[in-house]
Amino acid sequence: MDNLIWIFISALLVNNFVLAYFLGLCPFLGVSGRLETSFRLGLATTFVLVITAICSWFLNTYILPHAPYLRLISFIVVIASTVQFIEMAIKKLSPALFKALGIFLPLITTNCAILGLAIFATNKGYGFTEGLVFALGAGAGFTLAMVLMAGIREEAELSDIPALIQGTAMNLIIAGILSMAFMGFAGLFSSG
Amino acid sequence: MAREQSSYESFIKGLWRENPVFVQVLGMCPMLAVTNTALNSLVMGLATLFVLMGSSFLVASLKHLIPKQVRISLYIIIIATFVTIADYTILALLPAVHKELGAFIPLIVANCMILGRQEAFASRHGVRMAVVDAAGMSAGFMFALLALGGVRELLGNGSLFGVDLFGPGFEPWVIMILPPGGFITLGLLLLLFNWIAARKRAFLAEVAATEREML
Repeated sequence: MDNLIWIFISALLVNNFVLAYFLGLCPFLGVSGRLETSFRLGLATTFVLVITAICSWFLNTYILPHAPYLRLISFIVVIASTVQFIEMAIKKLSPALFKALGIFLPLITTNCAILGLAIFATNKGYGFTEGLVFALGAGAGFTLAMVLMAGIREEAELSDIPALIQGTAMNLIIAGILSMAFMGFAGLFSSG
Repeated sequence: MAREQSSYESFIKGLWRENPVFVQVLGMCPMLAVTNTALNSLVMGLATLFVLMGSSFLVASLKHLIPKQVRISLYIIIIATFVTIADYTILALLPAVHKELGAFIPLIVANCMILGRQEAFASRHGVRMAVVDAAGMSAGFMFALLALGGVRELLGNGSLFGVDLFGPGFEPWVIMILPPGGFITLGLLLLLFNWIAARKRAFLAEVAATEREML
């Protein structure tokens, strides 16, 4: 149990997917303009991450021991079809949500956080429960980073910023400062 | 002659005017994660070069056989195949670098630049042009990787490609090889790139204005 809590906290804060591993940067830099959208995208990504963890556990346990070189291709095929499935389900169940996230759902497929989770969980040899907790932590960490970024960017819109630095350059520097702040959480482990 | 020039242009545009990192802001994940030393950047750049050229070649050759509805999935499978080859090759030739790059070699698949080139270029052009375009884009990507990796290793470790440059008196800026250094260095490089582009625009506008006055 202790172990599971550490996996969650590590993925949420210390080894935050966005700010420490640089995974999922495309949506982090591209879609983080509005707080509301960022939060929803974070939730959608968390959902896909959890399903990815389940799929990759299944593949790792039953299929890949026989053909390790197919690891990458099978991960991608499974993840892509999962996202397709979620897209159809959301379209049917909640047209409003579909409208809000619309074009971003296919983007989640090419989100490296998704594939990164599958590969990290495999490399660390996580079992089913550990993988699930890891996915939840990573998703929560992604959502946290997105929401923080969107909050700062909404504030920045009201300030007088030189035209030259506006856009990606500014976002990257903000991300750097956030990342520095998150490095402070590394102390959690040595004391624990 | 016109044909020659257009392939040269399509190579050069990837290097500067349509640089995948500085202008299109694509391929950020591998870009930032592996550029803490110049050597890692170089290996990552070469792996991307191999994957992009291979998949552009295959997509351009097979473009008449690929059904439109499933093209994206097929592109991804083609890319994943080349990435698997690159992954196992690096593991065999440079095990130390492979260990350091870790999960980020398989993650080349998720580099949006590669898929973007298949959809936007290779599937619409001949084999030769597709390979030239892929080479240009990879060269631009490698240029950005080396610029970032060079700056980060130089300031964070006082060395370049593992060769010590500043001697023992240099106090390394450890933050540069840690994640925040990656974000901030890339932000500053983008700023520099924007500044150069803005100056060039201003210069061209001035030239145009002077020309109008002369007339």
